[in-house]
Amino acid sequence: MTDQAQTSPLRFLPLHEWHMRLGGKMVPFAGYEMPVQYPLGVMKEHTHVREKAGLFDVSHMGQAWLSLKEGIGEDGAHEKIAAALETLVPGEIQKLKPGRIRYSVLLNDQGGVEDDLMITNPLGDDNRGRLFLVVNAAVKEQDFALLQAKLGGVADLTVWESRALLALQGPQAAKILAGLVPDVANMPFMSMLEADIFDSKAMISRCGYTGEDGFEISIAANKTEALAQYLLDHEEVAPIGLGARDSLRLEAGLCLYGHDMTPETTPVEANITFAIGKRRRQEGGFAGAEKILQQLRDGAPKLRVGIKPQGRAPAREGTEIQSLDGQTIGMVTSGGFGPTFGGPVAMGYVDEPHTESGTDVYLIIRGKPAPAKICDMPFVAQNYYRAKK
Amino acid sequence: MTTRYSKDHEWVSLEGDIASIGITKHAAEQLGDVVFVELPDGGKSFAQGDDMAVVESVKAASDVYAPISGEIIDSNQVIVDDPAKVNEDPEGAGWFVKIKVSKPEEFDELMDEAAYKDFIA
Repeated sequence: MTDQAQTSPLRFLPLHEWHMRLGGKMVPFAGYEMPVQYPLGVMKEHTHVREKAGLFDVSHMGQAWLSLKEGIGEDGAHEKIAAALETLVPGEIQKLKPGRIRYSVLLNDQGGVEDDLMITNPLGDDNRGRLFLVVNAAVKEQDFALLQAKLGGVADLTVWESRALLALQGPQAAKILAGLVPDVANMPFMSMLEADIFDSKAMISRCGYTGEDGFEISIAANKTEALAQYLLDHEEVAPIGLGARDSLRLEAGLCLYGHDMTPETTPVEANITFAIGKRRRQEGGFAGAEKILQQLRDGAPKLRVGIKPQGRAPAREGTEIQSLDGQTIGMVTSGGFGPTFGGPVAMGYVDEPHTESGTDVYLIIRGKPAPAKICDMPFVAQNYYRAKK
Repeated sequence: MTTRYSKDHEWVSLEGDIASIGITKHAAEQLGDVVFVELPDGGKSFAQGDDMAVVESVKAASDVYAPISGEIIDSNQVIVDDPAKVNEDPEGAGWFVKIKVSKPEEFDELMDEAAYKDFIA
């Protein structure tokens, strides 16, 4: 997410007062006043999510519906709306089944990433021809403008302003949420179900941004506090701020948009080629396809990699990466201390041929070279739910 | 022994011409969980306001400035090995360095406890 200049006043989350009552330390983020931490502190909040469950208010993120202008509910309507969106994303959307979610990226004509997003094919035949999108807060207006401009001929984009988004993440998340909605217990990872809770038709998605099992719950903004309080009343649940959200996703090797991925980097360079569908690699037909397919064939000139400082000093965003002979070969895009990993961790871009795991490099920290190794990610094993056979 | 405080949230305890220096409880709370500390080597000299040490929390890195001029005679390896000590006891076991003071008059210009309390209020 980008740190945009504050020209307009900060916006408040629907749960603003609730965060304040919980002792949340509020900071400006992506145009909103958001809790960066609660009295527990970043380190303990982080560990709490890895061991139990944490509740995140991510209502700043953009929720929207992309709907066919004509033919909603008809046979083939999903394929039509999916084909339209596929001109801007490299993922396989046409074969996305109702109730399933795909992670993808919005592309510009140079193959650069304008944002990363979650795309859900909603349930119910009468919803055929609609897609539910969740995008990053800092760029949501420009995402929506891009979608409208490029797809406006065949589809309408409706921003869902009246919704909030809560995330419940951690190994105990499923057990806790199943107390409210029993069906969530066996939901596959990256699937969505609907449930009437607190007088709102909520959309519950099994996904998240921590590397743990968990859920994101889209609910009417005016019902959010009832849900948040219900979840927090479980002793296993603690409220978690942006600070721990960042260290959790960093350990999980997940990109922070605007930092680890930008309009100048392609999904191949960002090392998220899993987001490029098999059929799409053969057919192309998405923005920037020429460059992206060429990079898939021949390799990219630089790559997002994991970086493990060998000492104790964290390497922050912007830290220069040098080869052992002192040449500049890249830059750290996210870095800090990994509480579960138990040491400093970072990710960044390095030029070929220095991208291989195990390569020794230097990080220039406060003017001095600190030894580090290129490594695989994640730093902490992902703990996503796998259905029992 | 008297303790005084800088605007950059360091405390200085002076005994003879030896000053013990650390960051205040308020600073430690604002930083959050400390995960890394870098301290200067013994024998190094600093003028008041120079970058002297580095303290990093999960969130960010911060410089610690010399609140008083002098030469480093000791540094606290305990907090280098276990940075969490800075949060546990910032104005005691979590001290940073001891300095042989070269300009004692600087000490008198620092805030006393009452003034520092007002400063952070």
